[in-house]
Amino acid sequence: MAEFTLPKNSKIQSGKHYPAKGAKKPRTFKVYRWSPDDGQNPRVDTYEVDMATCGPMVLDALLKIKNEIDPTLTLRRSCREGICGSCAMNIEGTNTLACTKAIDDCKGGEVAIYPLPHMPVVKDLVPDLTHFYAQYASIKPWIRTQSPAPARERLQSPEDRKQLDGYYECILCACCSTSCPSYWWNGDRYLGPAILLQAYRWIADSRDEATGERLDDLEDPFKLYRCHTIMNCARTCPKGLNPAKAIAEIKKLMVERRS
Amino acid sequence: MSAYPKEYRNPLKKARGLGSAQHGVSHWWVQRVTAVALVGLGIWLVALVLRVLHADYAAARELVARPWNAVLLIAFVVTAFWHAVLGLQVVIEDYVHTRWKEATLLMAIKFIAVLATLAGVLAVLRIALGA
Repeated sequence: MAEFTLPKNSKIQSGKHYPAKGAKKPRTFKVYRWSPDDGQNPRVDTYEVDMATCGPMVLDALLKIKNEIDPTLTLRRSCREGICGSCAMNIEGTNTLACTKAIDDCKGGEVAIYPLPHMPVVKDLVPDLTHFYAQYASIKPWIRTQSPAPARERLQSPEDRKQLDGYYECILCACCSTSCPSYWWNGDRYLGPAILLQAYRWIADSRDEATGERLDDLEDPFKLYRCHTIMNCARTCPKGLNPAKAIAEIKKLMVERRS
Repeated sequence: MSAYPKEYRNPLKKARGLGSAQHGVSHWWVQRVTAVALVGLGIWLVALVLRVLHADYAAARELVARPWNAVLLIAFVVTAFWHAVLGLQVVIEDYVHTRWKEATLLMAIKFIAVLATLAGVLAVLRIALGA
């Protein structure tokens, strides 16, 4: 059966408290901590950060914590402007990018920060995305053609290029896939919203000649049809994309080529 | 201390799994077609049930025995169980991850649906054909 409770060694315990002495504008952050090295259960540490000397985004607060309060805090980050997808995490119960989530937009008094849900944790806020990336590789995310390579670029009309809008912007941060209950229960076989959006990005590309093979590869009760239009993917996408629409388009093509 | 057992297989091996089953479209499509049919049949059934409620036994039998009512009742029984079995199959595949339990349940719902459909159809036919 699907598991609805955490195993004993995953139960979260209360952690350390780091008060901000003499802070002008303190704000409390509750951060999930787990290390593979100490044999301890995960815990939630409480950090008070002085907003008077902190940048506006949640990532700014996390980096301030790491730089000034607790250097053991582990997280991924790179571009700090919402284009690399590294700092995807669960903030206040919603998957998003720490670098584009403003602290002022966090409604609760305490800001709860957890790693992306239902993924193995490498350490603290770093999830193991190995399987996610392997699923991405499995859809062959590159142009596939049969016609001989032209002497110059493969051209595309502006209208055809427009077909990729809403899909090419995906940065593979995994916010959508890890927000999807169907991906939680069946992520071993279900490709999930992010990968299916990427699959559609290549199906919709006017220059790609492997549309039929791509649909063949997706025609599967688990790879594609575990999507039950729950729509968490569209609600959580930090780039404002709609993976559910991409999946619906794939399902439409599946029916279209049969009749 | 390592968090995970050592994995020698390439992650792509696991992601590609057993490949595509090359089906799933008809399941998805039939589920939608039966859903659309059930919207119409469901409204009609409610109307019929409201009429049967206020009739005595003989009048109720006569109402069900009318050709159109009998045909639509049989259509409702068949469509409803067909749709139910497709939906239940998805629920079981989603949540039951022990293979033998999954296979047993998938078989059980099909047996039950077929028997219930036959029983429903027979009940309507007995009234319609005046047995």
